[in-house]
Amino acid sequence: MKRFLGLFCILGAVASIQGCKMKNAGSVVEGDAASKVYVAPGKYDELYNFVSGGFNGQVSVYGLPSGRLLKIIPVFSVNPESGYGYSEESKPMLTTSQGFVPWDDQHHLALSQTNGEQDGRWLFANANNSPRIARIDLKSFRTAEILEIPNSAGNHSSPFITENTEYTIAGTRFSVPVGNEDVPVSSFKDNFKSTASFISIDKESGRMKIAFQIILPGMDLDLSRAGKGPSHGWFFFSTYNTEQAHTLLEVNASKKDKDYIVAVNWKKAEEYVKAGKGKKLKTSYVHNVWNEETHSAVSTKETEVITLDPAELKDLVYMIPCPKSPHGCDVDPSGEYIVGSGKLAALIPVFSFSKLQDAISKKQFEGEYHNIPVLDYTKVLYGEVQKPGLGPLHTEFDDKGNAYTSFFISSEIVKWNLKDLKILDRVPTFYSIGHLMVPGGDTRKPYGKYVMAYNKITKDRYLPTGPELAQSAQLYSIEGDKMKLLLDFPTVGEPHYAQAIPAEKVRDKSIKIFDIFKNKNPYVTMGEKNAKVTRKGNRVDVYMTAIRSHLNPDNIEGVFLGDTVYFHVTNLEQDWDIPHGFAIKHAASAELLIMPGETATLKYVPTRVGIVPFYCTDFCSALHQEMQGYLRVSPRGAKVPLKFGIGESVSAPTVAAAK
Amino acid sequence: MDKRFLYAILSFAVFFGSCGGSSTGDKTVQNESSTAAAQEASAPAAAADDKGIGKFKDVQLTHPLDEGMLAKGTQIFDVKCSSCHKLTDEKLVGPGWKGVTDRRTPEWIMNFVTNVDEMLDKDPEAKAMLELCMVRMPNQNLSDDDARAILEYMRKNDNKK
Repeated sequence: MKRFLGLFCILGAVASIQGCKMKNAGSVVEGDAASKVYVAPGKYDELYNFVSGGFNGQVSVYGLPSGRLLKIIPVFSVNPESGYGYSEESKPMLTTSQGFVPWDDQHHLALSQTNGEQDGRWLFANANNSPRIARIDLKSFRTAEILEIPNSAGNHSSPFITENTEYTIAGTRFSVPVGNEDVPVSSFKDNFKSTASFISIDKESGRMKIAFQIILPGMDLDLSRAGKGPSHGWFFFSTYNTEQAHTLLEVNASKKDKDYIVAVNWKKAEEYVKAGKGKKLKTSYVHNVWNEETHSAVSTKETEVITLDPAELKDLVYMIPCPKSPHGCDVDPSGEYIVGSGKLAALIPVFSFSKLQDAISKKQFEGEYHNIPVLDYTKVLYGEVQKPGLGPLHTEFDDKGNAYTSFFISSEIVKWNLKDLKILDRVPTFYSIGHLMVPGGDTRKPYGKYVMAYNKITKDRYLPTGPELAQSAQLYSIEGDKMKLLLDFPTVGEPHYAQAIPAEKVRDKSIKIFDIFKNKNPYVTMGEKNAKVTRKGNRVDVYMTAIRSHLNPDNIEGVFLGDTVYFHVTNLEQDWDIPHGFAIKHAASAELLIMPGETATLKYVPTRVGIVPFYCTDFCSALHQEMQGYLRVSPRGAKVPLKFGIGESVSAPTVAAAK
Repeated sequence: MDKRFLYAILSFAVFFGSCGGSSTGDKTVQNESSTAAAQEASAPAAAADDKGIGKFKDVQLTHPLDEGMLAKGTQIFDVKCSSCHKLTDEKLVGPGWKGVTDRRTPEWIMNFVTNVDEMLDKDPEAKAMLELCMVRMPNQNLSDDDARAILEYMRKNDNKK
């Protein structure tokens, strides 16, 4: 009877949630919600919200609280809109050790920090599929650097950072063999390893470098967080599949009651590396760096990493038992509490860093996992949040000592207190929330005020657009005791994690143009008198300028089938928001979008004889439609001299060339 | 419910509307779309002053011409100006430069090349030129020194000593 009653209650709860989402979702919004998110025309938003693009491979930038889309930053996927990955200058950015990769799956973001606070300098982004980390420069909102991660697969617990941006992290979701890779899949337990890569970041330039890789037993590293304050110097990774299954993980990796949170003492790792305890491992990966003065990227091959083995090197890694298949592994602003969110657990364990230190010094271990000490669960536990909801995933923190955990299965955000672990409030999300984000909620100084839900299921939230729908996001106020839904807006790609930062930390540093006199592109055209066309064998280089409202040269003849033509277009403008575009008919690539003071190059291979028009694609002035020109393509061997120019220089009538 | 929502939006529209047009956004916008914002801000002060509108009130000319400024002016002309201006009196996109230092005061020229958008929106002479050329001169982001160098370059082009 009791069980029956319980079931009835659950059914009732489900029905009431259904009722409020299907019938009138508006009824959950308080009357003053509109005023809290209304940003008047011409006014700026309070926060920049950087949102991962998931399967679109890019990063999108929204304003909060309005939810207005400000920009999509191309990072791990080509972007025909701007020519990213199509222009000759940007192609090296998407080069990997396996060649050019035009797409990836972008999951998590981390803003750079100084003393545990956001400093507005850089944004780090991970590529999950072909393991890489990107650094985006927040002065230009462009991808400045991409570093490939060797000995990795499924770069999921990445790119979380330490509180002074000493390191960004790359941990493997897929264990893979390290070294000899041609082994039977069934030899997982013997040959497969997880790796945690620590990537150092230069304080001035932001340049990334793989400092060392810790080779861990085969399992799935899921998410990670750096310690902060007292726990600065440690990194924590959640794990699943400590069963070491290699097939039907849905069942086989869900057998144990507890998996682990891996606690890594990275200060100790630094000592071991300094003492020469690391082993050099031959491997292959690339490092791609964008140069803002040459307006182009260079891809460099790297061949070696330093590895550390925690089975040999003591006091480097400890395992904290954590129920069950933990996903989120989040450290509170004080640095004392580590919150594990077991996807299949009915409670949320909160671990204490000071108890962890105590247990390590007293050697309170319950066993070993592949020669790594496993701590006694009860000795490192601060407490458990009881009956929080179904399917906890991630936890963020506010500035008042509260935690907010997302629940995928029960589709809600639950607010609870860090000290007494009591549940304070819960709100439904629409529907099936994945990540959540409090501005600065992963730092030592949360901004608070809002929590964002990034939902996995959209269904009926917006006008139907066929089978494929935009992803839904929701903004809630957390200023009062109760969370209040303010806004619901669609997002592009599939947002996983996001970051938000007060606008003033980024806004005033945003550059408006590139100084034309600092342009060091080897193909720059410094003023129209240097515009020209040169030929070397079958290669034709067009040094072209763009300014409102003409391209120079705009008439080009003497190009033949079999030639490869490179259009190097320099935008001579020095005014904010005056890019020029460049497109040529039937080019088998994309357009170029060239910022003021920049040079970009489009490769074009003519495929037929004739007159080929080209034009500016970005509306730039009243005479934008006049910003156009012609390229004449002649048969190979035709006696058409190389000729180019603009205005009078090409106005004289000429006799048509004989075939 | 719907009505309350509507009232909330309306009341806020009124609230923000009454705040006037001087936002941080308006100040920094410098492209073609700034026309509307600038017109909104206040009725043009229609500076009939032949010094134009901007920070330059009194430019001291030097004799003979300054060679350093001329070298810099040449470089700037080649990269930032020559696409649209000829050194003769012939109009290309913008007017030819021959005689410009006789038609305009040094202050007007330096204010125009450094404060392009406000000049094009408010200065009667600049507005008249815009109606002739129909293309807003791009703000080429010249520093004060750049502007002075360009003026020197124009003086040389007009055979000033």
